[in-house]
Amino acid sequence: MSDITIAERQAGDVTILDLTGKVTIGEGSVALRNTIRRLLGEGKNKILMNLAGVGYIDSSGIGELVSSFTAVNKEGGTLKLLKLTQKIQDLLAITKLLTVFDVFDDEAEALASFE
Amino acid sequence: MPQKQELTLPSKIESIEEAAQKAEQFARGLGFGDDFISAIDLAVRESVTNAVKHGNKFDTAKAVEVSFSGSGDALEVTVRDFGTGFTVADVPDPTDPENLLKVSGRGILFMRSFMDEIEWSNPEGGGLLVKMLKKQ
Repeated sequence: MSDITIAERQAGDVTILDLTGKVTIGEGSVALRNTIRRLLGEGKNKILMNLAGVGYIDSSGIGELVSSFTAVNKEGGTLKLLKLTQKIQDLLAITKLLTVFDVFDDEAEALASFE
Repeated sequence: MPQKQELTLPSKIESIEEAAQKAEQFARGLGFGDDFISAIDLAVRESVTNAVKHGNKFDTAKAVEVSFSGSGDALEVTVRDFGTGFTVADVPDPTDPENLLKVSGRGILFMRSFMDEIEWSNPEGGGLLVKMLKKQ
């Protein structure tokens, strides 16, 4: 069984990914990478990643978020983060990645920012 | 009364989860709370990841040796691999603007951030030993 579940929703031209579980070295990171690659292959390059259900993330998982961000940017798209847990927020602060990612607590506000 | 537990794990991804679970059990047994355990958990995962991936390079013939010791006011974790070792000072600062978008290189930063003391050494017999202490 995979450590992570990634559910997809579409809101206009924005794809929302609801992540549940762990984003860690191994399956969790690979599943996220594959999902981002597939979406970019389908031309979906406006992505909102909802991390509310992510109970655990390690440095490999943080690295995968960065990798996703740069892959989407390279395709001319935008990746933003929604509903960080306190733990993930702490880790992004320590790594100074809060200065890199656009982060939102409210989904409607996040979606509006893509327009 | 001080307690100690030692583990010898194979160099594979699954060992990371096993070490983290054993660390949590050990810490709970000593009466530590969730925040303390969360810090230990992250440090154990990152250090065992480094040992498996960068130290032993997934060579299943090489073990990762982990120990937990402590009492009610502090917990020490050691993680040893049998790789060729590395110099911590050579690891680039992941918070440097030019490194911010690198995919890897944040594990040591997390270990330093969540533990109170940390040191690396090259033990007899080769490999790398990291010793980390978290105080209550």
